[in-house]
Amino acid sequence: MSLNLDQALQTFIAEAYELLEDMEACLLQLENNPADLDAIGAIFRAAHTIKGSAGLFGLEPVVSFTHVVEDVLDRLRAGDIVISRELIALLLECGDHIHYLVDVVAVRSQQPDAAATEREAGLRQRLQCYRQTSVSEAVTASPDISTVRQENSNSFDLWHISVRFGTEVLRNGMDPLAFLRYLNSIGQIIRITTLADSMPDLSQMDAESCYLGFEIGYQSDASKATIADAFEFVRDDCQLHILPPHSKTEHYIELINNLPEQAALLGELLVASGALTLQELEDGLQQQVDTTLKPATPLGEILIEQRFVEPELVKAALEKQSQIQEHKSKESRFVRVQADKLDELISLVGELVIAGAGANLLAKACQDETLYEATSTVTALVEQIRDGALRLRMVPIGDTFNRFQRVVRDVSHELEKQIELQISGADTELDKTVVEKISDPLMHLLRNAMDHGIESPAARLAAGKSATGVLKLNAYHDSGSIVIEIADDGAGLNTERILQKARERGLVAATAQPSEQEIYNLIFEPGFSTANAITSLSGRGVGMDVVKRNITALRGTVDLSSAAGQGTKVRIRLPLTLAIIDGFLVGVGDASYVVPLDMVQECIELADDNKAAAEPRHYINLRGEVLPLVFLHQHFNTGGGQRRRQNVVVVKNADQKAGLVVDELQGEFQTVIKPLGKLFSNLRSISGSTILGNGKVALILDVPSLIQQLAQQQVQPRLALQTPALRN
Amino acid sequence: MTIRSSMFNDAPLLHIDGEMTIYTAALLQQQLQVYIAQYSELELNLSQVSEIDSAGLQLLVAAKRQANSQGAVLRLTGHSPAVLEVFDLCNMAAFFGDPLIIPDVSHG
Repeated sequence: MSLNLDQALQTFIAEAYELLEDMEACLLQLENNPADLDAIGAIFRAAHTIKGSAGLFGLEPVVSFTHVVEDVLDRLRAGDIVISRELIALLLECGDHIHYLVDVVAVRSQQPDAAATEREAGLRQRLQCYRQTSVSEAVTASPDISTVRQENSNSFDLWHISVRFGTEVLRNGMDPLAFLRYLNSIGQIIRITTLADSMPDLSQMDAESCYLGFEIGYQSDASKATIADAFEFVRDDCQLHILPPHSKTEHYIELINNLPEQAALLGELLVASGALTLQELEDGLQQQVDTTLKPATPLGEILIEQRFVEPELVKAALEKQSQIQEHKSKESRFVRVQADKLDELISLVGELVIAGAGANLLAKACQDETLYEATSTVTALVEQIRDGALRLRMVPIGDTFNRFQRVVRDVSHELEKQIELQISGADTELDKTVVEKISDPLMHLLRNAMDHGIESPAARLAAGKSATGVLKLNAYHDSGSIVIEIADDGAGLNTERILQKARERGLVAATAQPSEQEIYNLIFEPGFSTANAITSLSGRGVGMDVVKRNITALRGTVDLSSAAGQGTKVRIRLPLTLAIIDGFLVGVGDASYVVPLDMVQECIELADDNKAAAEPRHYINLRGEVLPLVFLHQHFNTGGGQRRRQNVVVVKNADQKAGLVVDELQGEFQTVIKPLGKLFSNLRSISGSTILGNGKVALILDVPSLIQQLAQQQVQPRLALQTPALRN
Repeated sequence: MTIRSSMFNDAPLLHIDGEMTIYTAALLQQQLQVYIAQYSELELNLSQVSEIDSAGLQLLVAAKRQANSQGAVLRLTGHSPAVLEVFDLCNMAAFFGDPLIIPDVSHG
């Protein structure tokens, strides 16, 4: 078998993580709605699948632990035990442990360490309670029922399952006994005969091959499909015959004939199990002898010919098949691609965009209309390819958000607060690399909100709020960026205390009177914490500055608003992608700059009369609004003469507008972002560089930081001059 | 898994300690083969078997058959709960024919 195990293992690991995530989500759902049978089913299936596929890879620690969990889940599903908060907590921990096991055993192919073994022992012991309870319950409650059942069950009410396991089953990590146990969980094995006729002598046998087969009289209300499903993991590796109750004599005879063991032996078995009378058996075998002279009919035809299965079973089977088909087609809608392959594609598309721009420029210079037309078609296509390639990396942020449900649950338990997490905008998509990097800062902000923001239930009630604190996570798209909001309805920030702390630490001069917004921004300073008590979660003063640094590294911004007694809202703004953007090319003197097109609102001419007024005071009147201006020429100190006619590019970031005064508007330009070297990492106002079609380098303007600088510059003169400027 | 052997009235008494699973089956097969070939009577104490799977079960079946075909006696004794559970699941108690001590049900 030349199956690439390593690749299959990777698939297993990815799948296991997904299943564990589902499991966790369902458990949390169950916590809110304990009667949700679908969720219980889904949890069970997740555990069952993990166990099954872990078995395939021989990941014994995973299999053995998951088996215990599955056992409990099975009883839960059967209604033998009732879901409780403790059980959910326990199962969540079990999920974590399985995650750990997969991590260690499958990913790193090591054995669990001592701490983990200890933890597992603890979990097993706690799980055992649930298993034992159910056993003793079953013992006390069921004897009457089971005896009644057995009396009632004459052979015709029993399914007959005949299974011969293939020799490779054990080596594939399956244990036939596990299937019997599973059967017992969805029904009851009334009679069973173990067959090992195919097994050679002790000296000849291969101890690792499987030689077992079972003839089972089985009572269950399950459908044939469900029973067959029990053998799903060995379907290709076993001979399985399932005869529904009330099957005709011929069918049993047929079965006997299709099995490797001697007819007489099986016949006896069936007679013994009451499925057939001796007379029926003899007649049947005689008929069989008569017909053996004819060529053997394939089993499938026999099935149809003899109406082997009941019509409703056929229907069920067809339904099952179409379900499988549907499932398959759903699966095939997704292709797993390695992330670096995608990255490679995107960087190639980037090069293509640059090369395309070069060709476009040449075509323009040639003044050959047809050539120009051809290149613009190519450019349009390249643009589509670029968008498509970038969209490949876009993932909804919902998965990341949902992961926090668990965090909120755990932390609120730990802090003994009641906190509800409300999620909205989970469908909002953003670049996968951004998603991965934003997860940690978000986690930190959430923990902070829970620890410092939301008060204890008593304090909340005293403040006239409901005891349950609400934490809101929201995401939406806004002018080329994604905005993530984390809002709590807690006590809000105490500006006085922040200011006091900041003064103590010398972050703010004793005489300065910073605005409220500036005070809020202080908590992003390194080493700042206002918490009186240091808890395990936050309050050590490391964190918010790291959060800010991480977000800034993603070319994002973070700001904070708060109202005393009503809560705090942190707003993170991130670019959608890190690779290619639509840019707007402007000329300033000899140099070219790129403004991200999504931020450009409009372009206006800076008329002479306006200009005379604008230059000294750095703002103009834009339809009644004050529009602060940045004269890029001066700002960057660019060489080359200033043009007589200037333009203003109105840009918007967050809710702030500004005007960039430039010499020339050069139009839209697809910008492949090339990061600046380390040397330029302290450079403000510039976020990256790009290569133009003519080979020149253009710098990409960092609009948010430009606007921020502008705001800071404006505050100081205004404080000094007070209002004369406003009167104009 | 370890096998401890001692002699009792000229017949070997084998103690199997640990798991009788696919992982230990090959070793166990080797050992059983040697003993069954040499002695006409032997006892297999299963009280320390922590886990038994299909591989372990079929090995016991093969050993029993081998012994029977040679006219030797192979007795299984002291079945551990794990062994009992599997014998019960597969309805194999009758095949082996050894007396079983059924544990108190309330202890599961």
